[in-house]
Amino acid sequence: MAAGDALVAHHVLEYPGGYTRSVGPVIGRYLTGLREGRITGVRLADGRVLVPPLEYDPATADPIGVDDDEFVDVGPSGLVESWTWVAEPRPGKHHLDHPFAFALVRPDGADTAMLHVVDAGSPDVMRVGMRVMPRWAGERTGTLTDLEAWVPQADGDVPTPPEPSGATEPVSGVVAPVRLEYDVNPGVAPTRFLHGLAERRLVGERAADSDEVYVPPRGSDPKTGHPTEIEVEVGPKGTITTFCIVNIPGLSDLAPEIPYVCAQIVLDGASLAFFGLIGEVEASDVRMGMRVEVVWADEVSADQRSIRYFRPTGEPDAAYDDYKDFI
Amino acid sequence: MRDVAVVSFAQSKHVSADTQRNEVETIIPVVREAVERSGIDRAEIGFTISGSCDYLSGGPFTFVAGLDAVGAWPPINESHVEMDAAWALYEAWVVLQTGTVDSALVYGFGKSSMGDLHEIMALQSDPYYVAPLWPSMVDLAALQACAYLEETGHTEADLAEVAARSSRDARSNANAVRSGDVDAADALSAPIVAPPLRELDIAPITDGAAALVLAAGDLARQLCDRPAWIRGIDHRIDSQAMGLRDLSTSESARLAAEKAGVADGLFDIAELHTQFSHEELILADALGLADDVVRSPSGGPLAANPVMSAGLIRFGEVAARIHNGSVNRGVAHAASGPALQQNLVAVLEGN
Repeated sequence: MAAGDALVAHHVLEYPGGYTRSVGPVIGRYLTGLREGRITGVRLADGRVLVPPLEYDPATADPIGVDDDEFVDVGPSGLVESWTWVAEPRPGKHHLDHPFAFALVRPDGADTAMLHVVDAGSPDVMRVGMRVMPRWAGERTGTLTDLEAWVPQADGDVPTPPEPSGATEPVSGVVAPVRLEYDVNPGVAPTRFLHGLAERRLVGERAADSDEVYVPPRGSDPKTGHPTEIEVEVGPKGTITTFCIVNIPGLSDLAPEIPYVCAQIVLDGASLAFFGLIGEVEASDVRMGMRVEVVWADEVSADQRSIRYFRPTGEPDAAYDDYKDFI
Repeated sequence: MRDVAVVSFAQSKHVSADTQRNEVETIIPVVREAVERSGIDRAEIGFTISGSCDYLSGGPFTFVAGLDAVGAWPPINESHVEMDAAWALYEAWVVLQTGTVDSALVYGFGKSSMGDLHEIMALQSDPYYVAPLWPSMVDLAALQACAYLEETGHTEADLAEVAARSSRDARSNANAVRSGDVDAADALSAPIVAPPLRELDIAPITDGAAALVLAAGDLARQLCDRPAWIRGIDHRIDSQAMGLRDLSTSESARLAAEKAGVADGLFDIAELHTQFSHEELILADALGLADDVVRSPSGGPLAANPVMSAGLIRFGEVAARIHNGSVNRGVAHAASGPALQQNLVAVLEGN
């Protein structure tokens, strides 16, 4: 986890299964066309053909694509209007696993270009004005990559339409997987806090002009924006200000069994409630004002998971007035 | 229209990757410096607004955490744009026009080093027709560069001239992360990233923040010997469908410049939000910049590109030169979206 002095956490931002989007009748018509090996555009009032089709005239905002006869198939061949080369495709992102071009291609019969890929083998083949034709995916499901790629079209090459997909329903939605990866640095003040955990200490911070102690510290007193540079050890005991009984399985590795309790705990000496799990007590016995203390993991490090959970101390509950300002 | 001016500006010492400080810790000294230089007490500032992008760090509501750096208690009148802070400045300017406040703090921040900026920016493209193919922001810029060179007859050597000049100019900019005694031949021999773009044609990954204070009318005159008055400001956007655009020009930048009044007088400098070398050539045409206008004397984003404040910094670079008397009139430009899709242009003047 530590790289030199700086702490780093690998963070994946991902929505399992991807975003599902409804596409509506115009984009749906385009994707349905791709599934059957057709490239479909839409004709504007002034006669120009837009591909891929939009739902509105880009100049007037008038609705278009309302009537069947506004749609027109274009291509299948086209012209490269601009291009660039991707020497290192990204696994999980790009659908081709070998170098390719991104290009704006204007299909024959269209007045606009569409962004897609050209599977040309080498950047040396690519040039503005080159003729390309579609290569269709073997299995087509109504996605952009049903048109697997444009490929260079030599004199005499004749594009061949694919077999029908066999699907009958128009395409009504798409699924868009998104996965982004980060290496996150916590910052100077959170790093001091995390190093404290490695010594089984809970270290908050305050600014020079305030008695308010923030834990975990983020580097500033949020009331004033002044830096918090004075360390103040807090806890290990504290008071539950509010809590929640969780009955959904699988949310946390730290709480493998349900029900479990997560709580806001104002640590003794702190001016801000702190999030923690509650253990060694029946969920139904947890209450506001309950006094708890930290239980450390068997092995501690500069990692929030060094705090295993908080357990009741057995002390009398705190009076409501003592913690009401932290709820 | 109410007279509104930039009265102070501050920026971080930008770095390629700040593995020590988090965003809040980056903003704190920058906001403090901008506020102190303005001469207004923090609590007296009427409106506060930031520009940032949660996708840069991959955390939800990162922009709210940014408020920890400005002091937001008792609650303040504040707002945020999920864009470069130049657009936050625009919103602040509009708020100042309403007459409900006389001053505003504008700040932007971001740490591009934590994720893959070029890939993240693919997510701002059309989610049906473009994003599923994952073209990076560099790929999309390269398509524009290709179209520009093809249409105009310019060559990669012209791009290299821009890239090299940026590095040379940045030698006097302490906040630059890329600078050096580079000539066009050096830039032209740098590795190709996405043809026709080479390494030095592409803005470096940069972590940083910037802040400035706006004030209206008499308050600005009282706070600042030479306020940098915003004489005109406008922003325009091109279609999200790249195939609908003539990529060799920028109609939105041309129109924004016209509405901002760029043609109404002479300029000393123009700070341009160019994340790619060819964008300077396209913008110079669109803005109608005369040959003697000094372009991005700071080195521009090709020297330091703290995403989400790099556009605001264009305002700051012009304003700081007006404040110190070295410049009387300048253009500040900011861009957003793939391939210069959206452009904001302002005219700043000392008198």
